Amino acid sequence: MTIELDPASKFTAYAHPERLVSTEWLQAHLGTAGLVVVESDEDVLLYETGHIPGSVKIDWHTDLNDPVNRDFVGSAAFAAVLGAKGIARDTTVVIYGDKTNWWAAYALWVFSLFGHTDVRLLDGGRDKWIAEGRSVTTDATVVAPAVYPEVERNDAPIRAFKDDVLAHFGNPLIDVRSPEEYTGARTTMPAYPEEGALRGGHIPSAASVPWARAAAPDASFKTREELDAIYKGEAGLTEGDNVIAYCRIGERSSHTWFVLTHLLGFEGVRNYDGSWTEWGNAVRVPIVLGADVGVAPAPVGAAALTR
Amino acid sequence: MTAQALPAQLAAIRDDFLALEERDRLMLLLEFSNELPELPERYRDHTDLFERVEECQTPVYIFIEVEEDRSVHIFATAPRESPTTRGFVSIIAQGLDGLSVEEALDVPDDFPDSIGLRRAVSPLRLRGMSAMLARTKRQLRERAPQ
Repeated sequence: MTIELDPASKFTAYAHPERLVSTEWLQAHLGTAGLVVVESDEDVLLYETGHIPGSVKIDWHTDLNDPVNRDFVGSAAFAAVLGAKGIARDTTVVIYGDKTNWWAAYALWVFSLFGHTDVRLLDGGRDKWIAEGRSVTTDATVVAPAVYPEVERNDAPIRAFKDDVLAHFGNPLIDVRSPEEYTGARTTMPAYPEEGALRGGHIPSAASVPWARAAAPDASFKTREELDAIYKGEAGLTEGDNVIAYCRIGERSSHTWFVLTHLLGFEGVRNYDGSWTEWGNAVRVPIVLGADVGVAPAPVGAAALTR
Repeated sequence: MTAQALPAQLAAIRDDFLALEERDRLMLLLEFSNELPELPERYRDHTDLFERVEECQTPVYIFIEVEEDRSVHIFATAPRESPTTRGFVSIIAQGLDGLSVEEALDVPDDFPDSIGLRRAVSPLRLRGMSAMLARTKRQLRERAPQ
């Protein structure tokens, strides 16, 4: 880690406190050499209305998603984006964003696919920074471009594909969507364009834990104790579990992936970014309707044999 | 249906966007966002009258008035923290305001795809604007029967 950690006492209870910084810490470290602050929002224009002084913007759609294939950008594009934002391989990156760090967590997960070592979230994100009256600016950030190496993306440890989910049955799944999406109750209204998925419901045996339950009202993460009660208590996860999380397109579940991996210390948690827009359109995959979690079918596929 | 010419005010908006480099189109969208007028007094406390466009992840409400002469007025509100959504709804409100019901209904459904924002904003986000246009037209059909 290039820059000293935030010693905030709340963080010490988490499994990986080095993954979070507080608003106080960030305020005190703005402008530090080797630190780049990244804003990543759902709204592509929000950064332009006012951002943390010196921060740069990385957009989940236009910077991190491949424009043709349904996939993330490759090595060359990722290197180009980060270099242009002044980020080198050893830079300490602090990401913050709107909507309770929803998209910031997604950006952090994509950084992790490329193995960027020191990437942290601002606890509470944009909402907490602004609520505390800290300064924002519309001044354009002057970036000194850096050289980011072209590193291979390593999906397997933290990203699940549909076949991985089929092979995973018998291990815990967490569905982080709203209850209406989980049960399949959401109905089509007149004059609506396509809904994105042909079928409603959830993957059999997936526990329902809407992603935002991990957040306190001020958009910061709940305490370790509160998170343990939700994920280990209610959802029944136990230490050593091999977990896959999913939502609609993999963004909300990035937030839960962060919680399970970095705050609660589960190893090998994977985010199924194909999520419901893939599963709900796939032919002959099992689906459960209603609030009941349903029973996991037997795992299938070659991956099932090796796990 | 014969191909309809785009109403002049919508064509002007489209041409303004297309005349710019992609990066600057985002700035123009931000200008539209800032230009979204406050709700008129009579609606300010009545957002319950507005129809929420569910496809947008942020709450945006649209309300339509049709005058005696069948000209259309559109009022909308969206949070300041959602400038993209505000920009979209502002384009629709400005682009359709004052048109006749028939002219508004004839606006091509793919207008949002024609203003050069697909790459700058992403197709998924543009879907929100298409949904607003579809909702606006449906309300018009309900409020101003042919």
